[in-house]
Amino acid sequence: MPRVVLALGDDVSTDVIYPGRYMATVLPSETPQFAFADDVEFNGRLTAKQVPAGSVIVAGRNFGCGSSREQAASCLQGHGLVIVAKGFARIFLQNAINLGLAVVTAPEVETSEGHDLEILADRVVDRTSGRSFAVEPLPRARQAIIDAGGLIAYTRTRVSRADTRR
Amino acid sequence: MPGMVQGGEAMGMTVVEKILARASGREAVRVGDVVEPAVDLAMSHENAALVVNRFLEVFEGTGVAPRIWDPARIAIVFDHRVPAESPKTATNQRKVREFVAANGIGRFHDIRGDVGGICHQVLPENGYVRPGAVVVGTDSHTTSHGALDAFAFGIGATEMASVWALGVALNVEVPATIEVSVRGRFPDHVGPKDLILHLIGALGAEGANFRVLEFHGETIRSMSTSGRLVLCNMSVEAGATSGLVPGDEETVRYLRAEARVQEPLHLVVPDDDAAYERTIEVDVATLVPQIACPHTVDNVRPIAAVEGVRVHQVVIGSCTNGRLDDIEAAARAVRGRKVAQGTRLLVFPASARIYQQAVERGFVADLMRAGAVVMNSGCGPCLGVHEGALGDGEVALSTTNRNFKGRMGNPRSEVYLCSPDVAAASALTGAITDPRKGT
Repeated sequence: MPRVVLALGDDVSTDVIYPGRYMATVLPSETPQFAFADDVEFNGRLTAKQVPAGSVIVAGRNFGCGSSREQAASCLQGHGLVIVAKGFARIFLQNAINLGLAVVTAPEVETSEGHDLEILADRVVDRTSGRSFAVEPLPRARQAIIDAGGLIAYTRTRVSRADTRR
Repeated sequence: MPGMVQGGEAMGMTVVEKILARASGREAVRVGDVVEPAVDLAMSHENAALVVNRFLEVFEGTGVAPRIWDPARIAIVFDHRVPAESPKTATNQRKVREFVAANGIGRFHDIRGDVGGICHQVLPENGYVRPGAVVVGTDSHTTSHGALDAFAFGIGATEMASVWALGVALNVEVPATIEVSVRGRFPDHVGPKDLILHLIGALGAEGANFRVLEFHGETIRSMSTSGRLVLCNMSVEAGATSGLVPGDEETVRYLRAEARVQEPLHLVVPDDDAAYERTIEVDVATLVPQIACPHTVDNVRPIAAVEGVRVHQVVIGSCTNGRLDDIEAAARAVRGRKVAQGTRLLVFPASARIYQQAVERGFVADLMRAGAVVMNSGCGPCLGVHEGALGDGEVALSTTNRNFKGRMGNPRSEVYLCSPDVAAASALTGAITDPRKGT
């Protein structure tokens, strides 16, 4: 069962998730090494492969606020992390959906590091504390992209149909 | 402009609703509608390197040759790391240059002392942004361009690749609008930066998430485009999708006189009965200088709360406050005086054009004689990728737009945000100083 490996508060910015000084690194294959680079302990666990794919970062409101840098989403995706937050900042949420990073909005979620979470379509269940939290659906405007498995795949179908404004 | 009828009740449209209706070929739209607006301008900076990768990926295996929908509508401006700070950046920039040349992208601003600068100044001053336009940019401060009556918002690189391929912004949900009504005359040494910091403090970092801030009132009407750019630039720090100032005489003046636009302009203003989610009223007559304290932009306090805090580096510039009026204010404040020992004053103009004007008017000489280092136009120290990094335990006071932990390149430092007036006064004393008191 997915375990909470990091519990954070509100307003975690993209400068914290992926510090600006690594922005020259853009490839999704290379960005994961700099995830939470200024959190030496957590970054060390990630880069030492001590965090299994499917592990959960829990955060408060407005996760991913700040920059539009897509590295903030790709670096987390590269480690197979799932982000459960009370809320997400707009651009980060869109980047996450576009890339297929697993994000879950649970406005009331309260849990702690080391807890085991069961993530269902409509709720998140903390199997350690026994508490359950409702899940808010992702924006319906983005459903077609989610269904396609990400924005590249979605746009590819549109390009193939020559469905453009050229 | 006819409003749409709903339940027998006429309901007008806000500016963003009008722009999105036009751009998606509809009579009217309302909050929550999902539309695909045609994009009028698509801006990227160095991260165009990633956009190029993603763009080529879109076409892989399709049998369709990669082709940009309209190269004339793409702008690329190098600003984040100029001149390149590393071989990696220089190589990325080289690849983008090659892509620009191969694809006929016209609005390309390379690292140059004539037409270079920060994207959020280069776009307005070259007349690329027009009233009513849909502008997307791979930079969160793309909100800036709402100062010219456009709907302008930040997107990620993959989303930009999609725009390059299709020419539309996909699945845009029409955002709700918060009306910000501003009245009163700014006291001396208080201005647009203090107003937007005050608003961000009141709204909180996500108070306008998924919403547009539409600015109204006598204070906005009498504000220059430079000041309006400050408001819209930092609207994203309250989470806003875009800031927006409805077009007026000043919009036309700026576009004609400063941006040299000759084509007809079509201002977009809201209907009298436009539906706002809520209205926030501010009277600036009693506003005092505002400071955003570490480590969030919404941690805003009146200057009295932090006066005297020792500062090691003062930064004046950026897409927020690097325009000519900002540099003039700083130059006047330090003219004939000296930056305090132990404090560094770094000034970086928002564009090469502004830099030249600042040289011609003697502002650069004033600043340098006082001890300031006047750097080339670019994002500079703002996001800690290039130059002006902070040492462990150091404190910066900056006219830029973000102070998140690690923002200026070091998580063991602190950044306070303020207006150019506060920054200049503080550079002279080496501590946060209220410019209203005289020093």
